Amino acid sequence: MSELGIVYALLGAAVAVLLSGTGSAIGVGIAGQAAAGVVTEDPSKFAKVLIIQLLPGTQGLYGLLIGFITLSKIGVLGGGLADISVQTGLLILAACLPIGVVGLLSAIAQGKTAASSIGIVAKKPEQFGKAMLFPAMVETYAILALLISFLAVSGIQV
Amino acid sequence: MAVLEMQRISICAMKRDRKAILEKLQSFGALEVNHVIGEDPDFVRMDTAGQKMGFEKAAASADQALEILEKYAPEKKSMFAALEGKELIELETGRKVQEERRELLKTAKAVYELDREHAEQLAAITKLENSIESLTPWLALDVPMKQNGTRRTAMLLGSMPGEMTLERIYEVLAEKVPDAVGVDVHIVSAEQSAVYLAVICMKEDSAQVEEALRSEGFARPAQVWDDVPAYQKKELEGQIADCRQRIAQIEEKIRGYADQRENLKIVADYYRVRADKYAVLGQLPQSKRTFVISGYIPKNIAAQVGEYLTGKYDCTVDIEELKEDEEAPVILKNNPFSSSMEGVVESYGLPTKGEIDPTTIMSFFYVFFFGMMLSDAAYGLIVAVVCGILVHKYPRMSVGMRKSLKLFFYCGISTVVWGVLFGGYFGNIVDIVSEKFFGTKMVVPALWFVPLDEPMKLLLFSLLFGVIHLFTGLAIKGYICIRDGKIMDFFCDVVLWFMLLIGLILMLLPSSLFASIAQMTIVFPEALNTLAKVLAAAGAIGIVLMSGRSNKNPALRIALGAYDLYNITGWLSDVLSYSRLLALGLATGVIASVINQMGSMLPNNVIGVVFFILIFLVGHAMNLAINLLGAYVHTNRLQFVEFFGKFYEGGGRPFNPFKENTKYADIKEETLS
Repeated sequence: MSELGIVYALLGAAVAVLLSGTGSAIGVGIAGQAAAGVVTEDPSKFAKVLIIQLLPGTQGLYGLLIGFITLSKIGVLGGGLADISVQTGLLILAACLPIGVVGLLSAIAQGKTAASSIGIVAKKPEQFGKAMLFPAMVETYAILALLISFLAVSGIQV
Repeated sequence: MAVLEMQRISICAMKRDRKAILEKLQSFGALEVNHVIGEDPDFVRMDTAGQKMGFEKAAASADQALEILEKYAPEKKSMFAALEGKELIELETGRKVQEERRELLKTAKAVYELDREHAEQLAAITKLENSIESLTPWLALDVPMKQNGTRRTAMLLGSMPGEMTLERIYEVLAEKVPDAVGVDVHIVSAEQSAVYLAVICMKEDSAQVEEALRSEGFARPAQVWDDVPAYQKKELEGQIADCRQRIAQIEEKIRGYADQRENLKIVADYYRVRADKYAVLGQLPQSKRTFVISGYIPKNIAAQVGEYLTGKYDCTVDIEELKEDEEAPVILKNNPFSSSMEGVVESYGLPTKGEIDPTTIMSFFYVFFFGMMLSDAAYGLIVAVVCGILVHKYPRMSVGMRKSLKLFFYCGISTVVWGVLFGGYFGNIVDIVSEKFFGTKMVVPALWFVPLDEPMKLLLFSLLFGVIHLFTGLAIKGYICIRDGKIMDFFCDVVLWFMLLIGLILMLLPSSLFASIAQMTIVFPEALNTLAKVLAAAGAIGIVLMSGRSNKNPALRIALGAYDLYNITGWLSDVLSYSRLLALGLATGVIASVINQMGSMLPNNVIGVVFFILIFLVGHAMNLAINLLGAYVHTNRLQFVEFFGKFYEGGGRPFNPFKENTKYADIKEETLS
């Protein structure tokens, strides 16, 4: 059943992109609702709230990064599929899990934080620098997960 | 790397020079008014609230007129209008406009009145349109609605619910008022929800007939006109046309005032500046013939201002050092490179009394880390060139904007350097293009190494840079302790920690854990290994014993010390936080190559090339934007949380001088020198 190896590996790439992308979409959505509310009151704050709205979007990119590296590793991109055993496939799947799961949950949490930070900008626009920092604190954990996923995927020998 | 030193300046002068001196001070903009004199029978304060409010109102009315003008005759603005900053106008022009200020205020009022009339006319049109709406069902009626009937008959007009038919109405009438004769019911018009009736009956029956109909939902019209509905409608339409014409006239007239816009701006600023002056005037202690003004002034210009004033007016100027307990306002003063990072420090908080300005030290780390996170030579070049051109092209942009753009200019240059070191040019565009269009794969070699191939190496370097950054922060804390003469604090909070941390690092390096991460083995001489252990142990014991030194109870002191030792986990997480230098750098590079890869999958013909360019432009623009944001946010975080957390709190008050606080334009004026 060595044909299944490549399936597991591809499943890993899918998990990384799927979960973190979903999380980012939800997070950016939550922040976007708050941003839209601020812009109805004061359109001149558009640029500032847009920047904060974008912050939960990075998890999706991290997922994409891991997905892409996985795809190029297993040869889906180049055209020649690599010969992957079930064990290697599962290893790759496991390696993709951190950014998938942490990306999903942290992006949602970051979206909520971003929505609150947009509240800061609405009332005290001069505190923009600090407002931007709170969502960035959440993102740290997505970055750590990205790091482990990246090191794991690139460390697995195919 | 400094906070500008402040002094207190007190000027005592004759009242006849009051206006001249105040105006001079305002145009210098070097003094923050702050009075220390309390209530004194010889010195009274003038009540200027009335005048101040008058000027504020005048400024507001000019502002309002400008807003209205903007609504009817929008000013053409370029995309970069926000960068242009305030206009600079000649002194002569300013004077001339100020002489016409009364006429200009009248103009402002006229504009305001016209706008109000515009709104009234619009409301009138809505009202007329509503009338026409309610008239519509009666259009078929060919007698005036006011007509009550003839000598013997009465006419009842009204509506009934939609399901009523002529037969049903006659039935009702026959049932309820059997004695009424010759009742004639006409349906004027019918809609889904209502039918509109004209009922003619004998005068004596009219009350009963109406009663009978009302029991079935009959209601008289809300509005009754004198004329025949069709004529009435025409008349109302005529009125609407009049209103519209008037609106057009008003709009034309307001547009006619558009050439006054510049003057209105100057006059609004003029009144704003005067209102500020009167606010200050109201704070001045004044005796019969003299007045006093006192406040903070930066030390480097204090003497110059004093000399200028004593040379020109009859006054005494007294400059003194601030008192111990006085919290002076803060101005940062840095070299031209670091001053562009002052905005970053300001957004965290200005240094309070006793803290040092971290801007200069931070600025180098800032640019270094920013470049590492973006790490693409082409992106860096774009950022640097765009910011450089904007700064050069708009010399009058606001100070804050200029600083931010210069910050990104320097960060862009740093990004170019890191990009060259890591071999990133739009990701891997050179390989892709050369392979796709020229058939041979060319690779621009990285000057240092490619992070994607050796991620562990870059991770270690990221953590190393982090350790350097954090140790710098701790060293600054040590410097502050020594400067303030707190040798004990310096030893316990700084030296002991350095011992512990350096000891731990030296113990880690030769271990097998590090060897497996770094894929290289470091062997230290035995003496160094022992030294590491001694350092770490001494540091740890010292911290346990000394951290709770302010506490007399020995058990509590040890407990607090042990708790402080727990901070070692804080150091660990601080250092690991620098792994984002690697992660964000990878994100830029990998996503850029995803974009390039997408482009390269297209066929190698004209359409393919067109789409390749399209994907290239859109994709890289988006990637640049999002990674620029990421690098900015995370560089700030590393400075604010990890670096400042070691030694800096902030919370100082910015210097807020008495100056010409204009909104639209600055007037050229002779300055101090």
